[in-house]
Amino acid sequence: MTSEELKAETSEGLQELQERDETGPVALAIEEGSQFRLPEGPVLNPGDIDVEFGEDETMIINMGPQHPSTHGVLRIMMELEGETVLRSKPIIGYLHTGMEKTGEELTYVQGATNVTRMDYLSPLHNELVFSLAAEALLGIEIPPRSTWIRMLMTELNRISSHVMWMATNGMDLASTSMMIYGFRDREMILSFFEKTTGLRMNHDYIRPGGVAADLPDGWEDDVMSIVETIPGRVDEYDELLTGQPIFKRRTEGVGIISPELATAMSATGPILRASGVAWDLRRAMPYLAYDEVDFDVIVGSVGDTFDRYAVRMNEIRESCKIVRQCVEKMPLGDYRAQDKKVTPPPRARIDESMEALIHHFKIFTRGFEVPPGEVYTAIESPRGELGCYLVADGSNKPYRMHIRGPSFVNLQSLPPLLRGGLIADAIAVISSVDPVMGEVDR
Amino acid sequence: MTAAATSAAELAGLPESPTVGAGGQEVIHVTRERYLEVTGALRDAGFEMCADLCAVDYLRHPDRPLPEAVTPERFEIVVNLLSLERRQRVRLRVQVPASDPVVPTLFNLYPGTENMEREAFDLFGVCFEGHPDHTRILMPDDWEGHPLRKDYSVGRVPVQFKQAPGPR
Repeated sequence: MTSEELKAETSEGLQELQERDETGPVALAIEEGSQFRLPEGPVLNPGDIDVEFGEDETMIINMGPQHPSTHGVLRIMMELEGETVLRSKPIIGYLHTGMEKTGEELTYVQGATNVTRMDYLSPLHNELVFSLAAEALLGIEIPPRSTWIRMLMTELNRISSHVMWMATNGMDLASTSMMIYGFRDREMILSFFEKTTGLRMNHDYIRPGGVAADLPDGWEDDVMSIVETIPGRVDEYDELLTGQPIFKRRTEGVGIISPELATAMSATGPILRASGVAWDLRRAMPYLAYDEVDFDVIVGSVGDTFDRYAVRMNEIRESCKIVRQCVEKMPLGDYRAQDKKVTPPPRARIDESMEALIHHFKIFTRGFEVPPGEVYTAIESPRGELGCYLVADGSNKPYRMHIRGPSFVNLQSLPPLLRGGLIADAIAVISSVDPVMGEVDR
Repeated sequence: MTAAATSAAELAGLPESPTVGAGGQEVIHVTRERYLEVTGALRDAGFEMCADLCAVDYLRHPDRPLPEAVTPERFEIVVNLLSLERRQRVRLRVQVPASDPVVPTLFNLYPGTENMEREAFDLFGVCFEGHPDHTRILMPDDWEGHPLRKDYSVGRVPVQFKQAPGPR
């Protein structure tokens, strides 16, 4: 089979990385020099870039969508010169299931079950951002206990997500013990989630108007045992990876991004913080009750893969601090807003009152109407700014629900991160961006 | 997220008067002609990050609340800008008619809008003039139609019930 035939058989179209002679000079310059993307950076003349590679000197290869280290179905096309990556392009959409379209068909009550499936490693954050948006449109206040329960649960979720990241990152860098330890420790948190919400993942626990259920009896002991175990385990990971020469050689100085470029590329979360920008929405624009708890924003200095690892590891420790404060400060009271419009009547009332039964049935079948308007809410998910743009038209379903997925936006910084590095480093860099494909493709 | 002391429109010296949306967020309505100019002025005024860009199809909700000076059109491009230093957000809403769904790209101001604009093009069919890689991103290349438009019906997988409705 000739190379043309092979290409015709495997190519999927224009979305792919095109051959060098089929790419215009401006597009090539954009892919070539990440400086060119910078608004403040020196303006690069596309003609100045050395694009004179011979026909046989470079090669375009596919990584993914089935490569084990691409975290799902991420496909990256790379142009290589020897083992050096020149251009690269993430190709996504393999997991696209039209969740934003589905969200327009579901009521606000059902909406949280849909969004929770987007970022499957931090489902509670998805539910939280959707609920915050719906509550902003409804204009309802939620009681303090539900605020603090939300904070407790999302911080535990952040720990589990970062621990999971440490595990898969270890696996990508050939440390399988880290993978086993990570999955073991994540299970502790998932068991607590199961006890509270009924499910290990896809909880539908945080809903517009509060949370679905109160914390179970004896939750303090469970949570305290988690936050007493995790920091010790993080110290173990620290010992296992941080000082290890192979790990250091594979991560230090690999995939460096400058703060200016990270900002220009709209990167958020650990990528932006590792480059030295102290931007954490929990601190900068506090939602829930983050202005009442004490924690540090972890910032890196170099912006390389190692910094992104260190930022995430220390964020686990900071989240443990927040969880402890949540346990101490957890107020008593109601776990959901007593707004008849959005809250179903308590279970006990249904047995004795016909009206309560009708009311309960109505909320779960028809839902509630939300006044017309539009709102953008953003929270700090483990991967960065998770935003929800919600447009309501006065009916019981969102007119438009757009989720700004941090992984989707962060993937754009991959080409400048990969450029000039070795293909073996690409694995470490992809892992350090921490894309969750469920959220990228939605 | 309450409205900041100085509004973004004042900072950038814009003639457009901002409105305040739900949750105290500042919203500026711009015309398509002034879109690039206003965004550029806001970027120079310190809004260094474009947090989000998305499109909305208002086909079934034409009488949405809008200021009087704004003519409602079918599509709307919504841009959320963020100032890290001032910890402030501002939202731009641009009306785009269905007969000519083209807006200039923000790529040269905010390179981070590359994926977002491709997504808006893919799912709504709004074109971004000057975008370096104007291709579909989530749907396959040979897909017909733009799924998030309101006149694009929701698909249905036939299930084996006796009187189940077929595919619409």
